[in-house]
Amino acid sequence: MKKKTSVTGRICMALVFLFLYAPLIYILFFSFNDSNSTSLFAGFSVRWYKTLFTEEDIIVALRNTLILAVLSSVIAVVLGTAASIGIDACKKGWFRTGIMSVTNIPMMAPEIVTGISMMLLFVFVGRLVNKSDVLGFPTLLIAHVTFNLPYVILSVMPKLRQVDPHLPEAAEDLGMKPVRAFFKVVVPEIVPGILTGLIMSFTMSFDDFIISYFTSGPGFQTLPIAIYSMTKKRVKPDMYALSAIMFVCIFILLVVYNFVQARSQRREKK
Amino acid sequence: MEKNVIIDLRNVSKSFDGETILDNINLSIRDGEFVTLLGPSGCGKTTTLRLIGGFLQPDSGDIVFQGKVINDVPPYKRQVNTIFQRYALFSHLNVYENVAFGLRVRKCPEKEIKKTVDEMLEMVNLKGFGKRRTESLSGGQQQRVAIARALAVKPKVLLLDEPLGALDLKLRKDMQTELKKIQQELGITFIYVTHDQEEALSMSDTIVVMDSGKIQQMGRSEDIYNEPKNAFVADFIGESNILDGMMRSDFYVDFSGKRFKCVDKGFAPNEAVDVVVRPEDVDFVPVEEGMLTGEVTLVTFKGVHYETIVDIGGFKWMVQTTDYHPVGSKVGLKIEPDEIHIMPKSEYSGLYGDYSSFSEEFDELSEPEEDEEDE
Repeated sequence: MKKKTSVTGRICMALVFLFLYAPLIYILFFSFNDSNSTSLFAGFSVRWYKTLFTEEDIIVALRNTLILAVLSSVIAVVLGTAASIGIDACKKGWFRTGIMSVTNIPMMAPEIVTGISMMLLFVFVGRLVNKSDVLGFPTLLIAHVTFNLPYVILSVMPKLRQVDPHLPEAAEDLGMKPVRAFFKVVVPEIVPGILTGLIMSFTMSFDDFIISYFTSGPGFQTLPIAIYSMTKKRVKPDMYALSAIMFVCIFILLVVYNFVQARSQRREKK
Repeated sequence: MEKNVIIDLRNVSKSFDGETILDNINLSIRDGEFVTLLGPSGCGKTTTLRLIGGFLQPDSGDIVFQGKVINDVPPYKRQVNTIFQRYALFSHLNVYENVAFGLRVRKCPEKEIKKTVDEMLEMVNLKGFGKRRTESLSGGQQQRVAIARALAVKPKVLLLDEPLGALDLKLRKDMQTELKKIQQELGITFIYVTHDQEEALSMSDTIVVMDSGKIQQMGRSEDIYNEPKNAFVADFIGESNILDGMMRSDFYVDFSGKRFKCVDKGFAPNEAVDVVVRPEDVDFVPVEEGMLTGEVTLVTFKGVHYETIVDIGGFKWMVQTTDYHPVGSKVGLKIEPDEIHIMPKSEYSGLYGDYSSFSEEFDELSEPEEDEEDE
């Protein structure tokens, strides 16, 4: 620990951070630009933030995205936690390993494959029920819940495995019925995992573009899709302002996430 | 006698995945007794405890509590409480709330809860710890919280599953005394599971020695130590020299090629038996006076005594005396008639009681680990 980081090491680190954060800093900086230019800084102003909030499309898309992210992450957390409890109750063996691999595959699969296959499936099911415009909010929600689930299961499972199997027994022993005992003593133990899953799902859902692009219909646009369609024309600096806001939001969430993680790790150490 | 039996196991059997863990167990426990289930890993002692606690159901047989069969009564309705191996404290609650947990479930008035919790914390010497987080406590303190939590709901029977297994030796001794004191104060039945024979001997009113799903012997500590029923019990409780012998007639037994006077009778003439001689019951005498003679092969200083291994005609005896005889010296052994204990032959004969493979390391290695036989 005491060993000094070598100069080369420091330079490398600085370069890494520069490459990682330069675009973000650039956007943050130019979102406060007073002019239309993308390269000349003409003075500090918040006019692009003002214009941003007058643009109907963007506001609607932002609202849609938030609704979608909140709903899909909450549903994913409920389903994922239930699934984890089920998987955890399975005996160790090929069945459990199999279930876990199946759960992980959607995370590995290229998003474009997931997106296209989901779209095809939705359209196919739509045909079956004689509906031509199935793609919309419901399909988008299903898609988002689907790709959020593995993240929830992955963060809840380890917590669940750490829980002393005698804990619910101790609660039952003291007179509590099994279901209530589970909620009273097991759930509090896995809350850190559930929170992690919730935050991860929310961010994944919030900035997903590819899968949303294929599974959403013309009636329901999310923010990433709205931005994409705007950049086809000329990029206006209010996009900088929007990106800056999104970046700051995600950044705050990440800080919260790390805080939760650090706290639960500190508790385990004791 | 029948009257104050509180728990009765009748012909109870239990198996997991086709493996028999308990084989037709019959066990009566009287109210107010301190009973210890003692045995090596996988002997079925924890399973027995979990059957009484209600976490398992017997495959056959009945569990009777105060005269009623309770096979299908779930744990939350039973008047027994358990102290779990790793305490199983609720880490999201503080010490006070942990102890109050069972009372809150029973919807006791707040005033009564406070009174009981304070009483319990005082009893386990944790007065003033109520606000502390359970994780900030030491192992011994956590154990005390678990005890207070279980006793707060005033159970008729307390089940303890190797509660001191995770504590260091000194703390374990203190807790043993304290547990015994608590049990005597409250006068409730304790059923205690352990693999530590010393713990069992020093705490229990009754010891139940178990192995391979069967009760090998049940009785008072002294009786089990002095009159073991078979080679397994003799070996598991304390140290024993167990030899093949032959009862010539009442009060006379042959072993190690010599005839000895003993105090046992009732065996058939020339019946093959197991002979037990405790290491501390053997005395060293000069070779010419010895009933048996042999050569010292190993001496270990144990503080109170020397532990000497003596080779007599190929059989290695363990002798515990305060006399020191160096390795290689010839010694004579003297055994009084009442120090020879005769047991009938059993399935365990010949498995135990010879110290030829004895060494310090071996002793350490064979220390049983805490068992989780039903998981």
